[in-house]
Amino acid sequence: MTLLPAASAYAREVDWLLVSLLGISLLVLALVLGLMAVYVVRYRYDSGLDRGALATKTWRIEVAWTAATLLGFFGLFIWGANLFVRMYQPKSDPLTINVIAKQWMWKIEYPGGQREINALHIPTDRDVQLLLTSEDVIHDFGVPAFRVKRDVLPGRYEALWLRSDRPGTYHLFCDQFCGTDHASMVGTVTVMSGPDYQKWLESNGASVGLVVEGHTLFIKYGCGGCHQNGLSGGGGTVRAPSLNGLYNSPVPLSDGSTVIADDRYIHDSILYPQQQIVASYAPVMPSFNGVISEEELVKIIAYVKSLAPRVAEASTP
Amino acid sequence: MSAAGLVGLDAAHDNYLTDEKTIGSWLLTTDHKRIALLYFASITAFFFLGGAAAALMRLNLLTPNGLIVDHETYNRLFTMHGVIMVWFFLVPAIPVTLGNFVTPLMIGARDLAFPRINLMSWYLFMAGGIIALVGLFAGGVDTGWTFYTPLSTQYAKGYVTLVCCGIILSGYSSIATGLNFIVTIHKLRAPGMTWYRLPLFLWSLYATSVIYVLATPVLAMAMVLILFERIFRVGVFDPALGGDPLLFQHLFWFYSHPAVYIMILPGFGVVSEVITAFSRKSIFGYRFIAWSSVSIAVISFFVWGHHMFVAGTSLYSSVVFSLLSFIVAVPSAIKVFNWLGTLHKGFIHFNAPMLYALGFIGLFTMGGLTGLFVASLGADVHLHDTYFVVAHFHYIMVGAMVSAFFAGLHYWWPKITGRMYPEVWGQIAAVMIFFGFNLTFFPQFILGYEGMPRRYGSYAPEYQVLNVLSSCGSTILAVAYLLPLTYLTWSLFRGASAPANPWAATGLEWQTQSPPRTENFSSTPVVTDPPYYYPRPEERQHV
Repeated sequence: MTLLPAASAYAREVDWLLVSLLGISLLVLALVLGLMAVYVVRYRYDSGLDRGALATKTWRIEVAWTAATLLGFFGLFIWGANLFVRMYQPKSDPLTINVIAKQWMWKIEYPGGQREINALHIPTDRDVQLLLTSEDVIHDFGVPAFRVKRDVLPGRYEALWLRSDRPGTYHLFCDQFCGTDHASMVGTVTVMSGPDYQKWLESNGASVGLVVEGHTLFIKYGCGGCHQNGLSGGGGTVRAPSLNGLYNSPVPLSDGSTVIADDRYIHDSILYPQQQIVASYAPVMPSFNGVISEEELVKIIAYVKSLAPRVAEASTP
Repeated sequence: MSAAGLVGLDAAHDNYLTDEKTIGSWLLTTDHKRIALLYFASITAFFFLGGAAAALMRLNLLTPNGLIVDHETYNRLFTMHGVIMVWFFLVPAIPVTLGNFVTPLMIGARDLAFPRINLMSWYLFMAGGIIALVGLFAGGVDTGWTFYTPLSTQYAKGYVTLVCCGIILSGYSSIATGLNFIVTIHKLRAPGMTWYRLPLFLWSLYATSVIYVLATPVLAMAMVLILFERIFRVGVFDPALGGDPLLFQHLFWFYSHPAVYIMILPGFGVVSEVITAFSRKSIFGYRFIAWSSVSIAVISFFVWGHHMFVAGTSLYSSVVFSLLSFIVAVPSAIKVFNWLGTLHKGFIHFNAPMLYALGFIGLFTMGGLTGLFVASLGADVHLHDTYFVVAHFHYIMVGAMVSAFFAGLHYWWPKITGRMYPEVWGQIAAVMIFFGFNLTFFPQFILGYEGMPRRYGSYAPEYQVLNVLSSCGSTILAVAYLLPLTYLTWSLFRGASAPANPWAATGLEWQTQSPPRTENFSSTPVVTDPPYYYPRPEERQHV
């Protein structure tokens, strides 16, 4: 039995919250058990103690302990909620790594094209954004050493933020029951210092990156037939909107609303194109649900994200 | 349970046990007391079946690679344990047995408002139970008792459809029982039994019944949608068919969180009765305890989202559900303080029911305090789906709730059977259950903090020490749970015959003979005293 390592500043903050909760709980428990022990000894039926008169105006006592409880709880609520909201705030310039779960393994895809099964490598002191999705049932990506976990849903992208300052190797667990070999859906997270991480990336270097592989798939599935892409890309903007500079830009929809084209939007637009139609375009795009796998989607999305806005487009409103 | 052993125990008067002796007179009875005994027999069987599954799981977890079964069997074991214990023991337990037996007696009524519906509830319960058991034993189910989609609709092996049908049927039984209690408490109170003279057990049972009636239909809907998706492949939950997997979790927890209070509210009621009776003192803060039951029932409908803090729901909904979850804990804290206030200046007796009730306060306080950890967002993200959660809800649903059940069972045992249970054995079992339970489940809090996930049939080696501790504790707990089964069965045949009111307690149920005659009271009682009226020594001198 070893004490659980705390491999991030956030983990140590969570530990402070847990220690405080423990302290408060022990105090309350001591109060309840202590009073109980004192009363059952003092007031046992044959103790012969003069009980005196019973308290009157008991509602004052009731109001007092109700108010004290409420106040204490409110403080604990604020503390916990503050940590939680901060953990989910997007960080600037993150290292984005894709995690694809399936029964019963974790597939990790790095921006440089490196791939791993049941192992994740991240550098120290760098914000890491994990984009989680599942090919079948709901899984959960949990790393106790970082005190974080997040359910991994089929057909959706969920983000999990990590930033570690302690090199080492830590447990990765699937925390959501996912079928027969749920207990075997485990792996490791290895944290390395910056230079070590670069060496690791190079020694595991894939020949081409995700963007290049994505471009190949973009051609293979005929996306360019309708979508204009890049400076040299084919297609037009007649049947389908341009993808240049699409990533993280606002997209006006046919129902009058506007969405930001994040990973989830691009993902869903490929699988379920009828759900969010770009304003002034006809809903002619076929669904690629069941045609393109989650792994291929990661690459195509990486490619779409790489498409810079055209100079001419950027200057016209 | 055989009536034969009770025959002739009290030849001086007729009672509901000796009135008729044929098997048919039991299986077709509309007497709430006999139906309560039918339920006692059923839930005892379910409890030990679910317990056997748990014992096998604890045995398997002695070694990191799993001592006796493979992953698939382990998954079926914990699904069986959860399904049986939740729907066929914890949800019905106290209301259908103790509640069924004492509700009409406590309000001076002849029976429940709808005696035939009461019998129908038992048949629905048994039909649901047997259908579910067929599924669980024929091939098993490997979804967990939570049936998360799309695992349960597209990927699960086994008899999911059959087990869901069993659960739906038992849900109808719950709704009928809840309706029966609500109408009974409204319409059949004896003259003078005003709402603020109602025993606190009935306030809690009333609150429970409201949840039965309002929440259970949502469970039935969720289960029916699972069946539709499994059989007709309509896309409700599976994203591959255009559905939303989180929708199921919303529906499921909209029932299943209030269901936690279905399990524990009747326990609060029992403990309020027992603490007062064995302190020989009026309860402290009657109205606060009564209304805290009602407010728990109301707020419990608005906290389901705390099961989904890491599920992918919106950040802000999680913040709101966290706040509401802290608020729902306030009425529970009020109850604990009021029970302590009742002990203060009382005349405390240490009979077995009182020891169980004091054990309840200890275990419930620990379960409640650890609830604060998982209500707090930052802490929950780490503890979610680990053994910490397993320990937390077992402290409430097993430690506290089963202690309350035993407190009530021993307290009303003389009334139900006309026999006294062996006092010393009762006290030994109460103490053993308290320590056995803590030894089993306390190590799981630490396991959870260390990160061990739930529902793992094998685990990393560093978790072994705590798992072995927990498994050792579970053997003590198993013996402690078998003890009452043994000595209570013995007392059915050999126990000393019980007087009408062995505890010198207030309450109408103690004013009729033990066991009661079939019609409960020879004439309708009239209530003139405030609730739990135990005169103080100084008052006694003046009278």
